[in-house]
Amino acid sequence: MRYLFAPAELFPILLEGLRGLAVWAGLPVMAGDWAGAALVMFGLFAFCALTVMVLVYAERKIAGHMQARIGPMRVGWHGVLQVIADTIKLIVKETWVPGSADRWVYRCAPYVVFTAGFLALIALPLDRDLTPVHLNLGLIYIVAVGTPGVIGILMAGWSSGNKYSLIGGMRSAAQMISYEVPLLISLMGVVMISGTLDLHMIVESQRVPYIIFQPLGFLIFLISAVAETNRNPFDIPEAESELTAGFHTEYGGIRFAYFFLAEYVNMFVLSALAATLFLGGWQGPWFPGWVWFLAKTGAILFLFIWFRWTFPRFRADQLMDLSWKILTPLAFLNLLATGLILVLL
Amino acid sequence: MRNLETDYPEALKTEEITLNMGPQHPSTHGALRLILRLDGERVVSARPDFGYVHRGLEKMAESLSYVQYIHITDRIDYLSSIMNEWSFCLAAEALAGIEVPRKAEYLRVLTAELCRISSHLVWLGAMGMDLGAFTPLTYTFREREMVLELFDLLCGQRMTFNYFRLGGVVRDLPPEFTKQTQAFIKYFERLPDIYDQLLSDNPIFLIRMRDIGHLSPATAHSHAVTGPNLRGSGVAQDLRRCEPYSVYPDFDFQVVTCQEGDALARYRVRVEEMRQSARIVAQVLEGLPEGEVRSKVPRVLKIPPGEAYVRVESSRGIQGFYLVSDGSVKPARCRIRVPSFANLSVLPQLVKGVKVADVVAILGSLDIIIPEIDR
Repeated sequence: MRYLFAPAELFPILLEGLRGLAVWAGLPVMAGDWAGAALVMFGLFAFCALTVMVLVYAERKIAGHMQARIGPMRVGWHGVLQVIADTIKLIVKETWVPGSADRWVYRCAPYVVFTAGFLALIALPLDRDLTPVHLNLGLIYIVAVGTPGVIGILMAGWSSGNKYSLIGGMRSAAQMISYEVPLLISLMGVVMISGTLDLHMIVESQRVPYIIFQPLGFLIFLISAVAETNRNPFDIPEAESELTAGFHTEYGGIRFAYFFLAEYVNMFVLSALAATLFLGGWQGPWFPGWVWFLAKTGAILFLFIWFRWTFPRFRADQLMDLSWKILTPLAFLNLLATGLILVLL
Repeated sequence: MRNLETDYPEALKTEEITLNMGPQHPSTHGALRLILRLDGERVVSARPDFGYVHRGLEKMAESLSYVQYIHITDRIDYLSSIMNEWSFCLAAEALAGIEVPRKAEYLRVLTAELCRISSHLVWLGAMGMDLGAFTPLTYTFREREMVLELFDLLCGQRMTFNYFRLGGVVRDLPPEFTKQTQAFIKYFERLPDIYDQLLSDNPIFLIRMRDIGHLSPATAHSHAVTGPNLRGSGVAQDLRRCEPYSVYPDFDFQVVTCQEGDALARYRVRVEEMRQSARIVAQVLEGLPEGEVRSKVPRVLKIPPGEAYVRVESSRGIQGFYLVSDGSVKPARCRIRVPSFANLSVLPQLVKGVKVADVVAILGSLDIIIPEIDR
């Protein structure tokens, strides 16, 4: 992993080199900075693509074994290359815009959705000194950049010129806005205990994982996270049996791949956030920090996959009930209880 | 406080939209088209449109001899083909006055009940799928595969069996069949518990299925709804019991009913029916008589002029054949009464006012086979 990410000490040296290169080539120093930024972005994108590939393969295998099947087996050893084959298929497919679509909005939507998830990766602390950008408001940043994703989904649903997509987009907007509330409030308990919004500090302050102090908060976060990523049992925006594929019914090829990528990146980000805030992040004995971080994230991702392949789907109004009538009050209660305990002890 | 909707009607102008659900749609179970009028997500009205897989099966009967037509009947309702063969054979036998040996009757009951199990298994998986749970499907198909293997052993076919003949069945049980079937029944006994874990004990499944698509006995009767859908409304109508044909009086089984009449009741009826069918299969294997499996019927069979209407209890309800003979080797007219047609006709009433997601659940709970409707 150290090769994918420029660790904190390495990157300034690299940046200096690029600046020097830019001056030597007769370009302004800014060009070096831009090149450095591009390099980081490229590295992040590679990390993101790799994560998603591993995740998709894992999901298909786990789903297979849960369903009395064996999952992909043909391409490569036990189907490990299946994801690469699928990626190639998606990339070489014709990208096609339906006649009734709002062309530009339709084209932009997948990238908006993807970027929202992708940007959050920047601030995730993989290890003590393995964070692409160390922000002292990291938690706020991650939660904030993830939010515009819903705009992309609305754009996709609206611009496709398809009624299923429209209903899917609308459902999605309602759902994601509703679940943002309990999600954020459930995080506040952790912030109150640790007294910081800096993800590094939050991890370092965990002598014991915060899940011990915040079991309810963790539960609410987990449920809301599944809803935020539009996964079963909350996948009503793309409810296959009702809306064919909801907001991305009309998408194909690389644009569909971006939606797909976004879903998995969001899943990864929210699982990583859960691992960081509730499970102690990179902390753990014997192994390097990033191994612990990935193992904890993987455990939560497994829960996501498990949910998806065992639960039926909620109905849209039942989903809203769950958010506003159960999770949000519980999250406030959790917040209140945490505050009281902190004050009284 | 002012109400936006009532005080400013022009500010909040809403429109109904028409949504064509199907004919190509993952959960219309084939080529069915539902024309939905939607107010937001609420269904204002629904109109089923079908006929996309019309094959002219009734007309086809007029150009085929009685024996040749048996394998065509398999294609009416491909999940309960045996029942279609049965009702056709019963009608033709009634016209020609053919006696069926007792052992053949037992084999007919045996295959029909196995067929009912496999049909309900497919339905159960599809129902889970309609609600967004993919996994039950793979489990039910695993079990269905076992039933299909039994049929494969018996008549070399997995879905279109062509097993019945006028005056009996085409061949006796192969030697290993009894043992395999008994093993399957033993295995099958504990399965409903697994399904309970996956579906019926699941709170999400329950809130999705309960109190939707409420079918009252009066509505059911006025639309000629039959089968598990009717029994889910508390009416104990089962032709196997109330109008017994073949050797059904020999067997001990319950007519499963549920009082609620909602989608969950129909679900419970079908799951319980699978257990009852398994019971019947076990009893058939125990009491299988010796003897011929087919009575002597002339190769070229001329059936005396007349007409007959015979009905049997298929997996979905009452399946009937009306045959008119003019004394030749072919039927002069054939008319098929299919349960799915009547069961679908009640859908517009059931879905009025529900959400789009419930339309799928209600349609799934009615267990409709499109090729059967279109014939």
